[in-house]
This record gives sequence, C-alpha cells and structure tokens, in this order.
Amino acid sequence: MLSLNELWFVLIAVLFVGFFFLEGFDFGVGMQSQLLPANEKQRRVMINSIGPFWDANEVWLITGAGAMFAAFPNWYATLFSGFYVPFVFALFGLILRGVAFEYRGKAQSAGWRKTWDLSILIGSFLPPFLLAIVFASFIKGLPIDGDMQMHASFFGDIVNVYTVLAGLTVILLCNVHGLLFTALRTFGELQDRARKRAQVLLLPTGALLLAFVIMTYFETDIFEVRGILLWAIVLLGIVAFVLSGYFCKKKRDGWAFGMTGAVLGLSVISVFVGLFPRVMVSSLGEAFNLTITNSASGHYSLKVMTIVALTLLPFVLGYQIWSYFIFHKRLSDKETLEY
Amino acid sequence: MDVLMLSRMQFASTTIFHFFFVPVTIGLSFIIAIMETMYVRKGDEVYKRMAKFWGKLFLVNFAIGVVTGILQEFQFGMNWSDYSRFVGDIFGAPLAIEALLAFFLESTFIGIWIFGWEKVSKKIHLLSIWFVAIGTTLSAFWILAANSFMQHPVGYTINNGRAEMNDFLSLITNGQVLVEFPHTVLGAFATGAFLIIGISAFKLLKKQDTDFFKRSFQIAVIVGVISSIGVAFAGHWQAQYLVKTQPMKMAASEGLWEDSADPAPWTVVASIDPENKMSSHELKVPYVLSFLSYSKFSGSVKGMNTLQSEYEQAYGPGDYIPPVRTTFWSFRIMIAAGMAMIFITLWAIYLMWRKKMDQPNTKFMRICLTGLLLPPIANTAGWTMTEFGRQPWTVFGLLTTDKSVSPNITSGQVLFSLITFNTAYAALLIVLIYLFVKVIKKGPNGVDEESEHSTDPYNTKE
Repeated sequence: MLSLNELWFVLIAVLFVGFFFLEGFDFGVGMQSQLLPANEKQRRVMINSIGPFWDANEVWLITGAGAMFAAFPNWYATLFSGFYVPFVFALFGLILRGVAFEYRGKAQSAGWRKTWDLSILIGSFLPPFLLAIVFASFIKGLPIDGDMQMHASFFGDIVNVYTVLAGLTVILLCNVHGLLFTALRTFGELQDRARKRAQVLLLPTGALLLAFVIMTYFETDIFEVRGILLWAIVLLGIVAFVLSGYFCKKKRDGWAFGMTGAVLGLSVISVFVGLFPRVMVSSLGEAFNLTITNSASGHYSLKVMTIVALTLLPFVLGYQIWSYFIFHKRLSDKETLEY
Repeated sequence: MDVLMLSRMQFASTTIFHFFFVPVTIGLSFIIAIMETMYVRKGDEVYKRMAKFWGKLFLVNFAIGVVTGILQEFQFGMNWSDYSRFVGDIFGAPLAIEALLAFFLESTFIGIWIFGWEKVSKKIHLLSIWFVAIGTTLSAFWILAANSFMQHPVGYTINNGRAEMNDFLSLITNGQVLVEFPHTVLGAFATGAFLIIGISAFKLLKKQDTDFFKRSFQIAVIVGVISSIGVAFAGHWQAQYLVKTQPMKMAASEGLWEDSADPAPWTVVASIDPENKMSSHELKVPYVLSFLSYSKFSGSVKGMNTLQSEYEQAYGPGDYIPPVRTTFWSFRIMIAAGMAMIFITLWAIYLMWRKKMDQPNTKFMRICLTGLLLPPIANTAGWTMTEFGRQPWTVFGLLTTDKSVSPNITSGQVLFSLITFNTAYAALLIVLIYLFVKVIKKGPNGVDEESEHSTDPYNTKE
C-alpha cells in the first residue's frame, strides 16, 4: 500500500502530467497561432479552437501548486521563494495570456489585435519555458541549506545549459503538440499547414530530446538511482515519439496528438520517478534534500485531503471529459469566432 | 525599503486589485444566471440579450479576476514562505480544495457558456452559467475559510514549531467564516447589482434601449436591495464576533484607547493621535457601540491600552496596536458606503412601486450612476479594516507578520515584482475601462456584431 505521503507525491505528479499534456497543446497553439496562419481568419480559428479549454487546463497548474501547498508546505515554500524571479516572469506571462485571449476579439483595430497577439506569443512561451527550467533544476539540484531555504543564483543555478535545454525541448514539444491539435480540430488549408509544420518541427524536437536525455545522464543522478525503470520510461518515450511522426505522416491526427502528449507526460513522469522520495535535490549535500517526509503536512491533514480529493476527482474528470466531448467536432464554417 | 515592507505593499496591492474583480464576478454571474433562467422559462428573447450583454462585461472582468487570482495563490510561497511553512498544513488544504472544487467547475463551465450557445441545449447552457455562479461562490467560501483561520485560529495544535490541523470540521465551521462568508458574498451580490444599476441608469438617462435597461435595472434593484440590507445584518453579526475574538481590532476601529463607558457610545468621527495614544474632537452617538458589540444597549468595550497590557502578558513584550487611523477610517468609509447603498436601492424600490420608472427623475438616475463606485469603496475599505486591524499578526496570536516573510528573497527582487505587477495592474485597469465603455456604448444590439459568423473561414484571402 502507498503511504499518504507517497499517494500525494503521485497525485501531484498526476496533476503536472495532466497540466503538460493539456495546457501543453494550448501553449503550443498559442505560439503557433502567431507563426502558422496564412491570414487573420485562420488565426482566429486557431485561437478559438482552444477557447473552451485553455482556462480549465490552466487550473491543473493551479491545483498542482495548491496540492503542493497543502500536502508538502515546505516544498511549496522553498520552491516559490527560491524561484522568485522566474516565477515573476511566468506569472507575467500567464497574466498577459489570460487577458489576451479574452480581449483580442473585443475591438477591431489592427494595432489592438497585434498587441494582444504579441501577448499571446509571450504568454504562451514564458510559462512552459520557465516551468521546464524549474523541473529540470529539481533533479539537477539546487543550493538548499539546512533551514530548507534555497539561495540560488539566477544565472548558474537556475539558468544554465542543462535547464535551458530542457526549456527549449519542452517549447518545441508544445509547438508540435499544439500543431497536431490544430490538425485535429480544423480542416482544409489550415489543417494541411499544421500537419506540414508539425512534420518539419519533429526532427529538431527529436534531436533536442535526445540531447536532453544524454545530458540528464551526465548532469543528474536519476539514472543511477532508478536504473532500469528510468531506461524503460526513456524507451517508451522514444517509441511514442517515433509513433507520433509515423501517425502524423499517415494523417492520423488523433493518434499523433496522443503520442506527443505521451512524450510530454513521460518527461514529467521521468522527473518525478527520478526525484522520489525526494521532492527537491540539494546541491549542498544529501542531508539537505527535501523529501516526501520532511516537507510534508501532518498525517491528519493528508488524510482529510485524501478523502476530499478522491471524492471530487471523479466529478472533475467527468465534466472535463464531457466538455471536450461537447466541442469535439472540427470547427465548422458556421462557427462563431469569439476571440 | 526592506523586504518586509515591500512584500506588504506587494500583498496589499495584489489583494486589493484582485478584489475589485472578484465581487463583480460573483455578483454578475448570479444575476446573469437569473436573467438566463427567465429566458429559458419565459422564452422572451430580451432576457437572452440581457444575459449576452451583461455577459460581455462579465467576461471582460472575469479575465482579470482569474489572472490576478493565480498571483494570489503563488505569492504566499513567493513572499511569505515562512508563513507558508508555519500554516501550510492548515491553510493549504482549503486552497487546494478551492482549486479542485471551485476553479475547475467555473473554468470548465465558463468555456461551455461562452462557446456553447449553439452547441448545447438551452437547459445545459443555463446549467453552465449556474455552475459558474456556484463555482465562484464556493471559491469564496474556501478562501474565506483560509482567511478566517488567520483571524481566529481553530482546529489546530502546535507541533514541531508549526500549526497542524487536528479538526477539519471546526476549521470549516469556524465562527469567523460563518459571519465572514455571508458578509462578503452579499457584498459581492450588491456589487454586481450596483454595476448593472449604474450602467442601466446611464443608458436610461441617454434614453437608449429604454425597455432593455429598465428591465435590467429592475432585476438588479431587487438583488441590490436584498443584498445590501443583508450585508448590513451580516456585518452586525461579524462585529459581535469581532468583539469576542479580536477585541483589539474592534478597539482600533473605534479609536478607543481607554475602556468605554457602559453603555458605550459610537464614535462617528474623531481626530486620532497614535503617538500620544489619544483621540480628540470625537463626535459620539450614545448606546450604539454597545448595540454593535452585544446587540443590547448596555455593556462596556475594552480599549486599546487595556488590551495592550493583556496581550503583553499573554504573548510577551511588543506593540500589539494595529495602525489605528487606517482601521478607524476604513471602518467608517465602509459603513457610510453601505448605508448609501441601502438608501439608493430603497429609493429605487419606492420609484418602482409607485410606477414612476417611466419618467425617472434625472437627479436620481445620476445618483445611481455614481452609486456604481460605492461597492468597490465599501469592499476595499472592509478588507483594509479586516487585514490592517489584524496587525501585527498574520495568524492571530500565533505568528506575526515580520516572522512570516520569506527570509531568502532580496528587496531588489521584491521591488522588481512590485513594479512589474503594478504596471500590469495599471495597464489592465485602463484596458478594462476602455472595453467597458466600448461595450456600453454599443449597447445590447451591438453585442453579436463582433463575434463573426464566417462562411469560408480557412481559405479567405484578406
């Protein structure tokens, strides 16, 4: 049986897998909506394709952070105060993005739209890029002292070759994932463009992924710690990635989309598997690691949270899946374009 | 400036800015849900246009509420990490439940509501706005349950140098949240109502879409009168709870240095001198403070000097007196704004009852338009009193504000975030006002123009 601490570690991992799978595609659509479309109408169609979903997708992140706060307060406290400046940028991105979707369609002038389009681009780039940096530095290790305080330098501890590589890899993955979502939700010229662009991007994405795996082998201890299990995840990731290329070529957009989502999900899983039972690795010595024991809430609190979460989760998943079902049809030519 | 001061400014500006939008979201979502219910039941298209028109304003406002809400959640860890470590066991739970129970609900169903007009049945569409409304209210409950723990900690033990939960039920039935929740939510209903009342009054003055705005006005007035009277009653219960649990806040909001007479008079205005610990030029109404505090016309209320020495005995040496002037005046501003709201809605009811709405008098309509500002003033003042009045505590009696701040962040970092976010707030406010004016100018008939129905969406050469 899982202990409650382990269960909450798994639940938080699930929330972040869900977040990267779901918001991964709307981040990708956000970026590509500024790079791919041939005209304004295609751009509107693209942005509207994620219209009913992006807000709820973002809540996966908010719930993930909330669950960290509730189940592992020391993890939450060390993480958010330690990554102060990156989080300012990430939050700034989320602010821009959230209002940009809502506001860009509310006035007609070209300057107005250009401003919000730029906001969508920045706002869709910054959060996944910075979160990938955060996740990569979890396993690389950060200067966390005996008081669980993190004193990281912005350049060096947080921003370095390894973490930036992680950031760029995730950005490219999100772009491909988003393009495949576009292919899934539209038809005609836009769909063709999206598929083609996805195919072009797959190659550099694969190269970055490979480089990231190799660098992870040398920069972190997670292959040492987990051995065969981690290799299995990497292998699954490679299979999923190759399959996404195959399905994309065969124009089976749904399957291709599922596979890039799987690659994103497996990347997050590999971080959590590599971390366990730690939640943050200290570069100052093993004794200073934050773990699922020393950063956790009390047993009572975890028990209450578990009951609440397991009661609510089926409903949440139920109506979210239902909302995807409501909007499952490709955007038709009679569509009302809100954004 | 030091990290503590800057972090307090960051917290205050984010919270105040966030709380301009939250009450509008809660209030408008309910009123829109009522309008759409009338549409589904009566089939009258005007109610659908109402839901759509007020829905436009709702969405413009909702977006800022959401994005500043994310900031709210993150800043506990960013700026107040020692606080987060100390209370995470208790404070984190309601926040996580808020996300799981409320945020998912409102974010999913707002998507269905915006994009589902032609995709789901009328009833499902109606259900989705009700879910949004319920979601926002549930969200308010959980964040207020968390806040109530800070005002009046219950259901915990101190273990390993931090507060740990030992009774979840008493956390969510905290007497504080039972008075704070109705007060806040009724205030939010009034906020939504006054927004509609004010804008409708403006359009009625301009004689545009008279029928549409007269009906909107009437719906909002009914919601407004119930909620603004309700908010006063809830406030009264809250004051009584305050005297019991945070007497210092009550004394500070009265500028009361020495114990009051019995029965206690209520100070209307006073000149407060915190340096010399005295108030002068006081204008007092007899009996009222006793009534406020105990619901009867007798009983003395403790003053700050008495409480200061009591607190020193209980918690050790220190200054336990909050910023008195801020607390005193914000309390009065809140009450004055609240009274004005009751007055306006009662007057409007009288006009409706006497069927004088057909030629509404311009002076009253102008008052209604200005009345739009009353709820934000009352809301801000109310929270200022609540949060300033709790100082120097973050968690009353357990943890002080200076021990809550993150020890590992620099003032440069906080200054950077303070400037970044406040610039963003200012820009958002300008954009919001611009969009509000635009939507209002266009009126209910212009609502559908922007969202285009295209015939050839993908290949058109522009």
